[in-house]
Amino acid sequence: MINQNSKTLLEVRGLHANVNGIEILKGVDLTVKSGEIHAIMGLNGSGKSTFAKILAGHPAYEVTAGTIIFNDQNLFDLEPEERARAGVFLAFQYPIEIPGVANNQFLRLAYNTVQSQRGKEELDPLEFDDFVREKMKLLEMSPDFLDRSVNEGFSGGEKKRNEILQMALLEPKLAILDETDSGLDIDALRIVANGVNQLTNKDNATILVTHYQRLLDYIVPDYVHVMESGRIIKTSGKELAKELEAHGYDWINTDDRGNTAGVRP
Amino acid sequence: MSAVLQNLVNQPYKHGFVTEIESDIAPKGLNEEIIRLISSKKNEPEWMLTFRLQAYEKWLSMSEPRWQNVKYPKIDFQSISYYSAPKPKKKLASMDEVDPELLRTFEKLGVPMHERAALAGVAVDVIFDSVSVATTYKEKLAEVGIIFCSISEAVQTHPELVKKYLGTVVPVGDNFYAALNSAVFTDGSFCFIPKGVKCPMDLSTYFRINTEESGQFERTLIIAEESASVSYLEGCTAPKFDTNQLHAAVVELIALDNAEIKYSTVQNWYAGDEKGIGGIYNFVTKRGLAKGANSRISWTQVETGSAITWKYPSCILRGENSVGEFYSVAVTNNYQQADTGTKMIHMGRNTRSTIISKSISAGNSNSSYRGLVRIAPTAENARNYSQCDSMLIGNQCSANTFPYIQVNNNSAKVEHEASTSKIGEDQLFYFLQRGIDTEEAVSMIINGFCKEVFQQLPMEFAVEATKLLSFKLEGSVG
Repeated sequence: MINQNSKTLLEVRGLHANVNGIEILKGVDLTVKSGEIHAIMGLNGSGKSTFAKILAGHPAYEVTAGTIIFNDQNLFDLEPEERARAGVFLAFQYPIEIPGVANNQFLRLAYNTVQSQRGKEELDPLEFDDFVREKMKLLEMSPDFLDRSVNEGFSGGEKKRNEILQMALLEPKLAILDETDSGLDIDALRIVANGVNQLTNKDNATILVTHYQRLLDYIVPDYVHVMESGRIIKTSGKELAKELEAHGYDWINTDDRGNTAGVRP
Repeated sequence: MSAVLQNLVNQPYKHGFVTEIESDIAPKGLNEEIIRLISSKKNEPEWMLTFRLQAYEKWLSMSEPRWQNVKYPKIDFQSISYYSAPKPKKKLASMDEVDPELLRTFEKLGVPMHERAALAGVAVDVIFDSVSVATTYKEKLAEVGIIFCSISEAVQTHPELVKKYLGTVVPVGDNFYAALNSAVFTDGSFCFIPKGVKCPMDLSTYFRINTEESGQFERTLIIAEESASVSYLEGCTAPKFDTNQLHAAVVELIALDNAEIKYSTVQNWYAGDEKGIGGIYNFVTKRGLAKGANSRISWTQVETGSAITWKYPSCILRGENSVGEFYSVAVTNNYQQADTGTKMIHMGRNTRSTIISKSISAGNSNSSYRGLVRIAPTAENARNYSQCDSMLIGNQCSANTFPYIQVNNNSAKVEHEASTSKIGEDQLFYFLQRGIDTEEAVSMIINGFCKEVFQQLPMEFAVEATKLLSFKLEGSVG
């Protein structure tokens, strides 16, 4: 929801970044306020997933220029784990498998680490078990997930639900969902989207990185940005996603390319 | 991130100190005179001397094996001192009389012997260099007929048992280092569990090499009679030295009908410094004979130390329905090398074996799994399952798997699975993104990887092993 009086949570200015010496981001600007949902759309290779990972501090990417202010802090001053504790959450496009590490053990460690950093109470295994089971209902997950190894042998949909479960536990200020809709059937998409909707409120913000408009039927964005060649080339309201769906990304190239004036990026 | 990891991996060896206790050291070198000296110092009967001399004769005719996947400079066996014993001051009636310097050593190790014994209910047969100095709980064990003492003592007090079983599983001429051990072993543990007795506590020996340049040659013999069972723990730590030390032990296990022997090791000998200077050469022959029907021999090892680890704790499954197990975690870092695995020799009908091997390599280290599964023509319906998983940390280390499978009976079922994985940036980043720091992440990933083996360890050892691994690998990812 847009409220001009909301606090600015994220301010990205002139962000340039390389991976393996190749420039991927070529000047990204983005402002996100509390309570807002932003969708970043674009073709494969446009730089949207790179942008998501840079926000979380992935070590493979080198930032060469620009600034990111998150919640009044210089984001580049924070290590990846400090960003997570400060409230930056990335739901991974491809959640990695961790053999032998029980999901409940992993979830509890993450939860307690973040809780203690925020000066809040940690939970013992029994308390945590009750707590996490409650959260799992939100995502219609079976309690079996707790005893399985983290993401090991999970289907694509199960992995994505496990990501949103972590979002529910860690209660981030800024959640970045990287292609969370990819590989989901329609039922799983509905469950995941419903989970995300229940987690959004006026004090947090969400960035949805997606290729398709489909997800946006379920999670309605306040802003839609189109990324191409490492820059945001167009920003508009939710109707932009529909137009992209109808006309394709080429439609921007012919019509509106470069014309982002007047719309707050 | 990689700087943090570097620091973690490069923590100095905690147990590096030398205890100053007067040692009675034999002149360097090996010849018949030295062997006679060892035997007479230990007041051994004639048959024991004969055993040693036969072994020495075999050894002279053997040459050092070179097939292993580890590299080290040629060992000069004439520059080793083969006997070193703390000078006996007087007979000790209780722990209070133990040399305070010795007690301080145990405290530095973080395992004060008496506390460890009292708190954990473990009888500790302490090997300090080569001679046993104190044995606890002996009386309690004696009540149920269990003999747990140093092998030197057993030679004196139970010569018939030692004579009957010594060298029956690992013959004097079995291999180069076993022959050497048989000729010059100075001490070790002896354990005998009589028919029908379940040993009421885990038996434990704390080994420690102390005198610089004195190779240590321990000899362990464990016998479980019909329907007896025992769990034996071996833990190792050694002080820091710059010259390599040879450690060539022999362990023999014998299980009669329906008997069970579980042998667990946590090995943390000095591994050398981060440049690969110094460290222990750990060349060990460990073998169990599942002699009786329905007997079971189980090896669990967590190998984290030594410059070179070269050992294959093995099972000869002779009894019908006998079971052999091998659970192993081998961790190498810096310039450590390991060539370890097992041999499962199936001879009896319906024999079963399980091999779970996990190797973790970091730094510039090299780790090899080498395992033999042999199904003899007599082994109807034999079963084996082997799983060998390797994990690499960084890109300067290596891991190899050398499985040997020989099947001579077509009713056998032999399965082998192997995998290699890497703690990658992405795995680590996943933890970091959830607020978990690098150290905890590495520890969790490693412990998850080793879980199947750690589950086999007795509780107190499992805790120790978990900490040891985190400590060994801190800072090695990047």
